[in-house]
Amino acid sequence: MRVHAKRAGALLGGLVFPTWSMADWTMNMTPGVTGTSNDIFSLHMTILWICVVIGVVVFGVMFWSIFAHRKSQGHKPANFHENTMVEILWTIIPFVILVVMAIPATATLVDMYDTTESEVDIKVTGYQWKWQYEYVDQDFGYFSNLATPRDQIENRQDKGENYLLEVDNPLIVPVGKKVRLLLTANDVIHSWWVPEFGVKKDAIPGFINETWFRVDEPGTYRGQCTELCGKDHGFMPVVVEAVPEEEFNTWLAEQKAAAEKERELTQKDWTMDELMARGEKAYQTACAACHQPDGSGAPPAFPALKGSPIATGDMTAHIDIVVNGKAGTAMQAFGNQLSEVDLAAVITYERNAWGNNTGDMVTPKEILDYKNQQ
Amino acid sequence: MSAVADTHAQEHHHGPAKGISRWLLTTNHKDIGTMYLMFSFTMFLLGGTMAMVIRAELFQPGLQIVQPEFFNQMTTMHGLIMVFGAVMPAFVGLANWMLPLMIGAPDMALPRMNNWSFWLLPCAFLILVSTLFMEGGAPNFGWTFYAPLSTTYGPPSTTFFIFAVHIMGISSIMGAINVIATILNLRAPGMTLMKMPLFVWTWLITAFLLIAVMPVLAGVVTMMLMDINFGTSFFDASGGGDPVLFQHVFWFFGHPEVYIMILPAFGAVSHIIPAFSRKPLFGYASMVYAVGAIALLSFIVWAHHMFTVGVPLAGQLFFMYATMLIAVPTGVKVFNWVATMFRGSLTFEAPMLFAVAFVILFTIGGFSGLMLAIAPADFQYHDTYFVVAHFHYVLVPGAIFGIFASAYFWLPKWTGHMYDETLAKTHFWLSFIGMNLAFFPMHFLGLAGMPRRIPDYALQFADFNMVSSIGAFMFGATQLLFLLIVIKCIRGGKEAAAKPWDGAEGLEWTVPSPAPYHTFATPPEVK
Repeated sequence: MRVHAKRAGALLGGLVFPTWSMADWTMNMTPGVTGTSNDIFSLHMTILWICVVIGVVVFGVMFWSIFAHRKSQGHKPANFHENTMVEILWTIIPFVILVVMAIPATATLVDMYDTTESEVDIKVTGYQWKWQYEYVDQDFGYFSNLATPRDQIENRQDKGENYLLEVDNPLIVPVGKKVRLLLTANDVIHSWWVPEFGVKKDAIPGFINETWFRVDEPGTYRGQCTELCGKDHGFMPVVVEAVPEEEFNTWLAEQKAAAEKERELTQKDWTMDELMARGEKAYQTACAACHQPDGSGAPPAFPALKGSPIATGDMTAHIDIVVNGKAGTAMQAFGNQLSEVDLAAVITYERNAWGNNTGDMVTPKEILDYKNQQ
Repeated sequence: MSAVADTHAQEHHHGPAKGISRWLLTTNHKDIGTMYLMFSFTMFLLGGTMAMVIRAELFQPGLQIVQPEFFNQMTTMHGLIMVFGAVMPAFVGLANWMLPLMIGAPDMALPRMNNWSFWLLPCAFLILVSTLFMEGGAPNFGWTFYAPLSTTYGPPSTTFFIFAVHIMGISSIMGAINVIATILNLRAPGMTLMKMPLFVWTWLITAFLLIAVMPVLAGVVTMMLMDINFGTSFFDASGGGDPVLFQHVFWFFGHPEVYIMILPAFGAVSHIIPAFSRKPLFGYASMVYAVGAIALLSFIVWAHHMFTVGVPLAGQLFFMYATMLIAVPTGVKVFNWVATMFRGSLTFEAPMLFAVAFVILFTIGGFSGLMLAIAPADFQYHDTYFVVAHFHYVLVPGAIFGIFASAYFWLPKWTGHMYDETLAKTHFWLSFIGMNLAFFPMHFLGLAGMPRRIPDYALQFADFNMVSSIGAFMFGATQLLFLLIVIKCIRGGKEAAAKPWDGAEGLEWTVPSPAPYHTFATPPEVK
């Protein structure tokens, strides 16, 4: 109720004093934190002012006619219908303005396309509906999923400050370094955008696009996917944390150690309960978006798992579809997206949750063997 | 022998046939024009209803009314229905009614094909709309249907969508052939090309655009059809195909398409502004050349829709410069309209109100278009609400206000009655306010960073979205008033004179109001 009252107040205030009220009424682009985004901002302001000036002149003449040359004012019509001089002028002047505008635009564009001499390279892969970040030459990477709880989206809980703009694992980059992104996609076209960097580039299956940025301010920067990529297109944010170099290096070392530890987990002997617990977590991040938290799916595109022939039938077929996906459908190959442990856990979970009580269990080692056989 | 008998029979042909067969079998350009206009308005209401669903969901953050799957179906169907069902058929309807009257022809050159091209449309849209009720739902990949979202990942109904696009494409191409044949062959003696009314000129050029690009659209959907059903990999990277190829082919169609939707409105407004300024159109010849230039340039700017896909630098620069160039002929047209009003004797009946709003608001849409043309800045604008604001400014107060202006301008000629001026002005002002309230805040949303085609958004976008939704509801509800005005005008009202507007010029005003079922059986002489 209070939110409504506040918003109604803001609505009224915003209509009366658009620039005067709260920050929610931002009307213009804001300059960002990279050189590129500042260049873009100044281009934006230049072209905006050019448009405003032309608009004032053209609409000025028009409104002058509307007020002064009305029939009700007794104005008698003139009868001119051409003037070569004027017509040539208003062709040439806009052309000259455009040429003037094109010069800084060209310079900025050339700079934006210069991806050479990068200091950190990160491969970004778009998936339905998450981002994968891989640190090239560092041999590790991870997925970045929406962290906003379903309850907030469905209005059962108050929305947090960074509603829909928060992820579990943000992209971490060092400040002051030229970061080059190599973008591609696994399924459909996505687009990686952080407004404060002035960076937006499509991630296209089968292509590798390049872009770059250099952030000088440490901080958290938020953006979103900007290419329609299916049902959860609105739910795959981009969050980048820029940290000082030392912090970045420590983090990098930790991550590499953690990745090593994860690989060791494959060899551990897992119990059913451990697998079920881990499987539920992995299921919620990797599978629930399509197959739903309760396994009921959204047929026909996303079949139910509850009581399904795959999840209750032959184990090998189940492993195959999770690891290799199903061609021609939205079912992705999770073999490279999830670790052996998570694959084993998810499959075990799917075979025993929601009344699929098959009692089957598959271990990470078995998954590894399956993968090696292929 | 039979040719002689036919000519003889036509002289005794006075009124329309009775009953349903009048509409099913008609070859009369006025009947077909009326059917096109009615069909277009029906589609306008249907597409508008979908827009209301979209705006209702976006009224507040969070998911309230529809789920994301259905939201995507709504944005897709809204776009497809408005572009192919509302705007394009409305202009074909105006062309059917007005082209023969304006050039002094007895009918369109190919009347039977005319009937056929109309009746294909309801079939196409029945198929398209029926996909909403199919398993898996309607197309949900946006009206631009980018592959591979629309091919590998599309719903089963995609094949029906492709079939519908093929049928409407055939309809458009036949309509365009008819327009060209009519204009080039049936002009009254003495009407040279440079004496043609501007609506005729703009439609002639539009028809050439249609013939050039509708087959390209047909090609791209056929490639999709093959990818989906016959195992080819035109757009599938894993089979050696190229998803970006889809976008190149689609926008080679798509950019001229946006001019297809606006050029006839340019033409109509170029009649309405002089009529209510009581002063001849300024710069007739430069208007014609400007439309020609816009049409030619429209073929070499398509990749400005694709600035973020990774076009090489040289390509990026070429498409940026070419796009900026379009501002020059477009500017010439706006300057000419303003110069026409300058030192005229202006009155502001409904057609003029819509035409003046057209010039102002279309220019605003043109300005944001110029901003979008600046490739580096486009990296920020691309696929945000700024783009949504831009194309709604050129399509709603552009194409649709152009259609309303034309409808009010020619309604007296069509029905023989004057429409209710007070109601029409109310329709204008409510539309004007509603439309600006709906679409202007979208500029701010886009600049603040809101992506398009999302069913839910971060909290900082909440306020302007609410304003926008209120404006949209207002605009949407107002359009029912137009229906009322037209029905009222058909059923009665003040008798219209042959030339109800004292500043209007052209052959259409030399025939009585309402225009008789057959006009210009003997061609008039143009001096």
